[in-house]
Amino acid sequence: MSDVFLVGNGAGFSGDRVDAPIPVVRTLIKRGLPAALFFEVLGERTVALAQLERRANPEAGYEPMLERLLAPVLADCFHNRIPILGNFGAANPPAAARCIARLALRLGLPNLRIAVVAGDDVMGSIALDQLPVHEADGSIDISSARLIAANAYIGAEPLVAALKAGADVVVAGRTSDPALAIAPLVAHFGWSLDDWQKLAVGAAAGHLLECGSQVTGGVFWDPGRKDIPDPANIGFPIAEVTRDGGLVITKAADTGGLVNLSTIKEQLLYELHDPAHYITPDVVLDITGCHIEQVGQDRVAIHGLRGEPAPESLKVTASFEGSWLGEGEVSVAGPNALARAKATADVLLARLKLRGLPVRARVDLIGVASVHDSDDGALWRSYEGPEPPDIRIRLAAEGATRDDVDQAAREVLALLCCGTAGTGGARWRVTPRILTRSYLVLRERVPTSITTRTAAEIAA
Amino acid sequence: MIEVPLYDLAHSRAGDKGNRANLSLIPYKPELYPILAEQVTEARVLALFAHRGATRCRRYDLPLLHAFNFVVDDVLEGGVNASLNLDGHGKTQSFRLLALTVQVPRHLVP
Repeated sequence: MSDVFLVGNGAGFSGDRVDAPIPVVRTLIKRGLPAALFFEVLGERTVALAQLERRANPEAGYEPMLERLLAPVLADCFHNRIPILGNFGAANPPAAARCIARLALRLGLPNLRIAVVAGDDVMGSIALDQLPVHEADGSIDISSARLIAANAYIGAEPLVAALKAGADVVVAGRTSDPALAIAPLVAHFGWSLDDWQKLAVGAAAGHLLECGSQVTGGVFWDPGRKDIPDPANIGFPIAEVTRDGGLVITKAADTGGLVNLSTIKEQLLYELHDPAHYITPDVVLDITGCHIEQVGQDRVAIHGLRGEPAPESLKVTASFEGSWLGEGEVSVAGPNALARAKATADVLLARLKLRGLPVRARVDLIGVASVHDSDDGALWRSYEGPEPPDIRIRLAAEGATRDDVDQAAREVLALLCCGTAGTGGARWRVTPRILTRSYLVLRERVPTSITTRTAAEIAA
Repeated sequence: MIEVPLYDLAHSRAGDKGNRANLSLIPYKPELYPILAEQVTEARVLALFAHRGATRCRRYDLPLLHAFNFVVDDVLEGGVNASLNLDGHGKTQSFRLLALTVQVPRHLVP
């Protein structure tokens, strides 16, 4: 076996660029080294939304872009022995496997082996109210909320088993993001699942790659300050890992974006809290001794990673039906826009009070202050800068019933006739909200299993 | 010494977990690291987010990477599931941090 293994990333979230995997796979093939490709598409709430879709349609509830993501690369990966792993099974891995099987048959790949990982879905099998609540989640009131989904973040072990069983595609639901990178490394190099130093390298590779382009220039580029080549075509990342735990991050060839010390630092710290304790189901990663080195164009080596034993407990994230959110927006522009916008904001809040709608509301003046502001509009109310040429007024209202927030949002619509001079462009919508709360559960209470069958068998 | 926004000296990325945000702060030049360590204190960053109800700020120093990680509690108005903010994840908050000003020797400003 070769001493270097490549792990490519094809997606960093559900909604990512669907053409991103193509140059990654092209690069993996061209390099001629053993390799794997993974897709990370499952945010904290995504699985709950998927569970709601599955309730409405038993064949839904997996990554909606799955076929689009895999169609251009599945045959190349199969013929070049590049296994694909993904949490694209979301709330319905068996249906995702059927989708992939249909695609494989269409591509003339009846022998493609598809593994389905089960066990992450613990709804009904574990009583949540007996479990300790994960830090910082204790204050969320879920006393009267209805459970939608409960999934444990499972580690690399079942994914490794699937790869060792010869799977070409591993379909998982909730896994830890780094596990998707750790598993092919463990399967290839034969690392032990208690070799904490090696698993730390795998976890760091997974953490750096899990958000796709975020390590190659996405969410990094800042025109004139931090420029990157061709932001319309950012290359997705590839990790080069050696048997002894060397790690270099690079990216797909002939693409835009870049990999340098700055992109690595931003992503290394992304969603990290204590840098000495980045907890994954497989290892606790410590980056406090980490240093990095540019070793070529778009190539950065990561040194000094340390691992500590995996935690005894896994994180379970449960999602509950929440309240309702109503939003409405209108615009004003031109002379006296700021005064008209502020007056509109005050009138909207006065209307909600006048009608006695039981909602919690906020107004943003987009173009003055919005995303950095607070619910009471502290920033836009104290704004003393130049007159903005164009302002969008946004009302957001949360309440217990759909009707209450719909009525609140419709107050924005009413401004088309009742609003200030030159008010236009109304939009409004009402959406259900989801509450999440995380718990800790002993890992032995979350057994996992895999089922591996060919595309032809699944489709039969 | 001149007063400049952190934006002229460093870059940042924000992430979220529940009602807690983390903000990296990464100076472009290693020489700026001790200066930022002295001036960009937990208290100043907490004050920057006081209007949003932030309750606690913890700074983790990474001298080998020349980077800082600020973890700010209760800053996301309930987090993505409860916030009325357009940006419930708080991804844009990195640029609020970068608007904070510091005093630095003129020769260290690009």
